[in-house]
Amino acid sequence: MLRFTLSRFIQSIVVIFAVFTLTFFMVRVVKGDPFAGEKAMTPDVRRVMETRYGLDRPLYEQYFRTLGSYLQGDLMPSMKYQGMWNARIIADSFPISLTIGLAALAVALSIGLPAGIIAAVRRNSWVDYSAMSLALVGICLPTFVMGPVLALIFGLHFRWFNVAGWFESTDWVLPSVTMGLIYAAYIARMTRGGMLEVLNQDFIRTARAKGLSEGRIIIRHALRGGLIPVVAFLGPALAGITTGSFIIEKIYNLPGLGQHFVRSVFDRDYSLIMATVMLFATLLVTVNFFTDVLIGWLNPRVRFA
Amino acid sequence: MTATAEEIDDSIRGRSLWQDAWARLRRNRLAVLCMVLLTGIIFTCFIGPWFCPWNPEIQNLKLRATPPGTMETLTEASWVNHGGTAEEWRELTNGGANPQKRRHWFGTDTLGRDLLARTLRGGQVSLMVGLVATLVALIIGVAYGAAAGYAGGRTDDIMMRAVDTLRALPFMIFVILLTTMFEKNLLLIFLAIGAVEWLTMARIVRAQVLGLARQEFVDAARSLGLQPGRIIFRHIVPNVLGPVIVYATLTVPAVMLLEAGLSFLGLGVQAPDSSWGTLIDDGATNMESFWWLLVFPSAFFSLTLFCLNFAGDGLRDALDVKSAKD
Repeated sequence: MLRFTLSRFIQSIVVIFAVFTLTFFMVRVVKGDPFAGEKAMTPDVRRVMETRYGLDRPLYEQYFRTLGSYLQGDLMPSMKYQGMWNARIIADSFPISLTIGLAALAVALSIGLPAGIIAAVRRNSWVDYSAMSLALVGICLPTFVMGPVLALIFGLHFRWFNVAGWFESTDWVLPSVTMGLIYAAYIARMTRGGMLEVLNQDFIRTARAKGLSEGRIIIRHALRGGLIPVVAFLGPALAGITTGSFIIEKIYNLPGLGQHFVRSVFDRDYSLIMATVMLFATLLVTVNFFTDVLIGWLNPRVRFA
Repeated sequence: MTATAEEIDDSIRGRSLWQDAWARLRRNRLAVLCMVLLTGIIFTCFIGPWFCPWNPEIQNLKLRATPPGTMETLTEASWVNHGGTAEEWRELTNGGANPQKRRHWFGTDTLGRDLLARTLRGGQVSLMVGLVATLVALIIGVAYGAAAGYAGGRTDDIMMRAVDTLRALPFMIFVILLTTMFEKNLLLIFLAIGAVEWLTMARIVRAQVLGLARQEFVDAARSLGLQPGRIIFRHIVPNVLGPVIVYATLTVPAVMLLEAGLSFLGLGVQAPDSSWGTLIDDGATNMESFWWLLVFPSAFFSLTLFCLNFAGDGLRDALDVKSAKD
């Protein structure tokens, strides 16, 4: 187990380093630069700006300077938002996305898990069919349909929540539900699939033969193996859920982190792109690392694969 | 009466994996229904426009956002505008004796364009995006995954770490960079999406090939002196087609959703052309006043995704493959 954990850890570091290098050069290959906005800059101003952000230096020097800063935990200043540090931008917006994301996860799990388990236990009954059809509706409806419809019903009609914005303590509810319902659908399907596979195995038959109650068989015996696909899915998904969705933020007009992922690329804000990408990649790789270790613990066969 | 050799041969012939799978699939009524519906939708989108009198891109500013079922009285000019010929018009109207009216079955949008025609045209675009991008993902993913799994060892390690690296890049950044690089060309958007979607496919194929590549029939092929490329594509890949087909049917809806999301960001299909994504986006903004703009395109879109998913599930159950475990 230790050997497995250690080798996964080293692989994670390598991946993060590769993402850094790839991002650094990829964004510079695409045409355009941070100062090519709507307002044309005079050549003098542009030169000053380029010197200020070190863009006049040779590419390899920029690369190593950026790498050096990141190794010291310095995310550097934004090139587009004058006078703003990337760390500041992230500190302002990440908590919003994190709140919404974790609430969405809670919604997703509390709907998806029971639905999936019940569907698997009552396989091919009307419960199964209706739960899975509902789940598919959740998967098939784009966020930008579900979002406005929910806002219309609960915001404009019942007036329970604000339709948009981030002002009141209940403003997380609608975005979280919108996001959560979609993930709930995926989780329900994966739980059903995982549980079905386990419920067909010999040790479940043995448990039944011993005369255990159905509830005990499911909770004590089947769930541990049946949830492996869900864990494998949720690990990577977690990074995406907590760093915000641009579409959800646009629908509900939220100052979250998701917008920076998209805007920074449009703006060619090299340093903000790097900051957001590295945040995402580090989160993803970390979560993946723990997921792998967790799965290795849930299913010993994986460790020796 | 004695049986001929051929008859005996027939009676003891084994049933192939595919025959078994087909028999199982046919018993799954829901999956069959979905496949039929799907075929229907595809035919409607590609053949329907021939029977629809309206051109999806022609505006009529006098009939802006009219509800479903509105009649429009045609003139010769508008008939020609929507793609008819002057001769047809003379024949139809019989020299002005028969005034021509046509119905906008789905109503019109905010610029007075027929919504049915636009929904069908949007369907063509969305379905094409889904199919072409999936095909690209399929080709890259299968080739890459099979090569990694067959090579094994250190090569496999390096190739899979490269896949991990690409997966750790935020998806949207990748797509936006690709689309800006390709100047919003529709075909290149397909390719860009496919170029991003192949990663999961590669993982699935690689996990399957890893097991297959160590089996006797591969050793046999190698000892006969076959080249690795030939062994991979002629002997190994056919064995992993099951999971690949299943995953592909699930990739099509994922790609169509992604295209819709890109259109929502203004990066997808460009006006005046339409896709289901742009239509739904347009409908969502006008939802309160003109419900039909949201309902009809969403219904088509969701029904298609629904069918694709159920058909994919049916295929998975039928082929009984334990896919996507890696």
